This record gives sequence, structure tokens and C-alpha cells, in this order.
Amino acid sequence: MISVYHYMILSAILFAIGSFGVLTRKNMIVIFMCIELMLNSVNLTFIALSRHLGNMDGQIFVFFVMTVAAAEAAVGLALIIAFYRNKESIEVDDFRLLKW
Amino acid sequence: MEAMLFYLVALVSVISAFFVTKCRNPINSALCLVTTFLCLAVFYVMLQAPFMAAIQIMVYAGAIMVLIIFVIMLLNIGSVGKSRYTHGVAGAIVLSFLSFIVAAKFIAGGTVSKAVGDISAEVVQSYGHTELIGKAMFTEFLLPFEIASILLLVAIVGAVILSKRKV
Repeated sequence: MISVYHYMILSAILFAIGSFGVLTRKNMIVIFMCIELMLNSVNLTFIALSRHLGNMDGQIFVFFVMTVAAAEAAVGLALIIAFYRNKESIEVDDFRLLKW
Repeated sequence: MEAMLFYLVALVSVISAFFVTKCRNPINSALCLVTTFLCLAVFYVMLQAPFMAAIQIMVYAGAIMVLIIFVIMLLNIGSVGKSRYTHGVAGAIVLSFLSFIVAAKFIAGGTVSKAVGDISAEVVQSYGHTELIGKAMFTEFLLPFEIASILLLVAIVGAVILSKRKV
């Protein structure tokens, strides 16, 4: 029988993979996709615990996480396009205006 | 049977999540990410949340991934050379493994409370999942719902202004 611990361990694995991607990749869009992966792993935890505790609040919370992710996707991709217009590149190594 | 399905889908989701971080071409990463989202939708169905599974497929695998793939194609990004697509792999492996260890320690060390609320499998079966979500959202969580709508409006206006050449 699958318990809530299985789901939580799985979402911890997905979160670790997402953080690995955020830390290593240079391409800004891939970093963005890894952030979406981390958000989704947290959503899995929310729904598993909501099912386990017999409470609807966790699933409502997932709804709001999805809203914020959609807003983040729209604004983030607009930022990526604006940056590409200036620098002709979307690698994070080229974002070094504040570096001395 | 349920355990076998769980392990199969979990294996597929972890492997495709790994290839999101590993593929050199962003389009391949995006396709792997869609696979992960579909696996998560299967988990939501297994957890008796079918409405969340439908939303997951429509919003994430549909809308957000189309937006990302659209930007990849708009900027015409191909795959890059071997040495140019990652940095700091060893440190990142250590850090992400540490974060996994800490999370697993918390999960294994604590016990989830046995408190059982009023939403059981029978209630979901008889009322329907969508109705339960709608009731909770439009009564108890009405204020966060309105704030979310304002957030979406701000995001739309911000995206338009950021991507315009001249305001």
C-alpha cells in the first residue's frame, strides 16, 4: 500500500533535481523550467498531505501556487525577451552588470 | 497493483526530471518537463484529486509549456557546445543532495498526524471533487481568490510593457 511518505520522498527527490538544474545550467529558460519543476514537487506534497489529512485547504493552496506560477511565467519570459534584445544572449553568465 | 503503478510512474517522472536538467537543447528539456507534468497528473488522480489533475494538464502542460516553447522558438535557441552549458556541477550535486537528505530526515523523523478531516474518499465520490473545491474557494477563500485575480492582471500588464519596444 502506498502511504503519504512515498509521495513526500518522491517530491523531495524532484525538488533536489530541480535545485540541481537551477544551480548548474547557464541557459535562463532551462533554469526557469527547473523552477517550475520545484514548484510542482511542492504541489505534490500539498495534495498528498491534503488527501492524508482529509482536508481541502491544501488543494486550494495548490490552486494559488499555480496562479503565481502562471504570473511568474508571463513576467519572466517577457524579461528574458527584453534581455535578449539588449545582449543577444540568454546565458546567466552575461548578466554581470553588478559584478566588479 | 496500485504500488506497481506508483513505482512505474515515479520512475518515469524522476528520469524525465533528470533529463530536464541534462538535455543540451532547451526544446528537449521542455518536452521532458511535459512528461514530468503528466506523471504528476497521474499522481493527482491516484490521490483522488481529479480536478487538480485536469488543471495540471490544462494549465501547466498546456498553457505554461506552450508559452515557454513559444519563447524558445521566438529566440531561436539551439543546443550549445559541451563545455558551455553547465557550471559548478560538483558543488551543485553536493548542495542538492544535502537538501534531499535534510528533507528525507524530516520526513522519516517526524510522524504525520493521524487526524482525519471530513473529506474522505466517499465524500469526494458522492459530491464530486470540483464541487468541493468550488465551495471552499468561493466561501472560505474568497479574499485570496480576488487577490489572485489582481495578481494576474498586474502580470499581464507587466508582460506587455516589458516586451514592448517603446512605451
